[in-house]
Amino acid sequence: MLKARVIPCLDVKDGRVVKGVNFVDLKDAGDPVESAKAYDAAGADELCFLDITASHENRGTILDVVRRTAEECFMPVTVGGGIRTTDNIRDLLKAGADKVSINTAAVLRREFIKEASEKFGAQCIVASVDAKRVSKEGEPLKWEIFTHGGRTPTGIDAIEYAQEVVDLGAGEILLTSMDRDGTKIGFDIDLTRKIADMLTVPVIASGGVGTLDHLVEGVRDGHATAVLAASIFHFGEYSIQEAKDYMVKAGIPMRMDLNK
Amino acid sequence: MRIAIIDYGSGNLCSAAKAFERAARESGFQAEVLVTSHPEDVRTAGHIVLPGVGAYADCRAGLDAVDGMVEALNEAVIKGGKPFLGICVGLQLLASRGLEYQITEGLGWIPGDVVSLEPADPSLKIPHMGWNTVELVKDHPVWAGIPTGPDGLHAYFVHSYHLKAANPAHVLATADYAETVTACVGRDNIIGTQFHPEKSQKLGLSLISNFLKWRP
Repeated sequence: MLKARVIPCLDVKDGRVVKGVNFVDLKDAGDPVESAKAYDAAGADELCFLDITASHENRGTILDVVRRTAEECFMPVTVGGGIRTTDNIRDLLKAGADKVSINTAAVLRREFIKEASEKFGAQCIVASVDAKRVSKEGEPLKWEIFTHGGRTPTGIDAIEYAQEVVDLGAGEILLTSMDRDGTKIGFDIDLTRKIADMLTVPVIASGGVGTLDHLVEGVRDGHATAVLAASIFHFGEYSIQEAKDYMVKAGIPMRMDLNK
Repeated sequence: MRIAIIDYGSGNLCSAAKAFERAARESGFQAEVLVTSHPEDVRTAGHIVLPGVGAYADCRAGLDAVDGMVEALNEAVIKGGKPFLGICVGLQLLASRGLEYQITEGLGWIPGDVVSLEPADPSLKIPHMGWNTVELVKDHPVWAGIPTGPDGLHAYFVHSYHLKAANPAHVLATADYAETVTACVGRDNIIGTQFHPEKSQKLGLSLISNFLKWRP
């Protein structure tokens, strides 16, 4: 039976982890590879690097991070952030990434998803959907795509956009609720369920996780096939294993391979 | 020990190479892992690995575009009997035909067609992406000592198509996704995994170690 996935996400800037990972036995909490190894050993099902490097000169640093991670971790790795061209994708896949998550470049030009998917296969093209609830109380629910970390509205309907990028060849959707991101009050379940039920491809729920119940809700109520979280894992509030144990107790089938 | 991982422009070979290096080291083998597009390396290697991601027709075209590669594979694997492992689309290429978008001829080593997944439960997502357990249907040295079944270890899958083998005896392991998904095929010195052993942590590294020890 296919299991739900728990995916820790690391923000990486200039080759270093931002919002450092707070594990007791890490030699260098700022080294993304050390964190990746710790999550690998802890039973994470996948790992996500979000590259938030701003300057062009330092954009290559993520390649080195991916390369060193691939030498140590034999688990799937997704890389997102600043992916603009098929050359960017090729470089990341060659360095050892399994999937890339495409955000702004596809919002600006949808065809990029098609080009990427045709070139590298849908299995490695994740479309990132950053959505913010724009309907007022009492109005029919409506979400809009925002870029630049939730600051820039685009006027694009998030539900339509998600369907469009899948039709163009995205193999998976990374769905982030921009109004929940960082709030720790849980996923936007209405949004997650609406998109997960509509699409034929897997949906990763993201944005808002503060408790283990939130992870359960993402799968059970939001119908996501994977849940992504950052701070609850990085700051040692919960371990990956605690999260998975909790999800199993809630009736969600999880991969529990650590002690086998 | 020389291990040739065939590079024909399909996807991520770095992690495959690293997984083979790790598995060889853990098994005490001195291994040279070559990521190569030279048919000559296939002839001189002891173990041959054919990876593959993306669309079937593209992979077949990519393989054909490497001058002399298909001939070298037939020579080393079919005539020479060298241990061979196909991964993901690398497994699918062993079939007679791939039916993704169009009909594409495969290598024909494991007769059958590569067809789209059609889970009986329409709410299940395609691709079949993530960690699934496998059911061993036939004992094989590459699966030695690996816990399988519902309580066994998990393998990492990412695919929308799978090989329906014409001869059921060629199916070594399956996975359940509201249909019986072909997870591993084999005959003689040939083996193929639909999942990615290089991404499957414990199960994957064990399977690769077993493959390196295997003397068919």
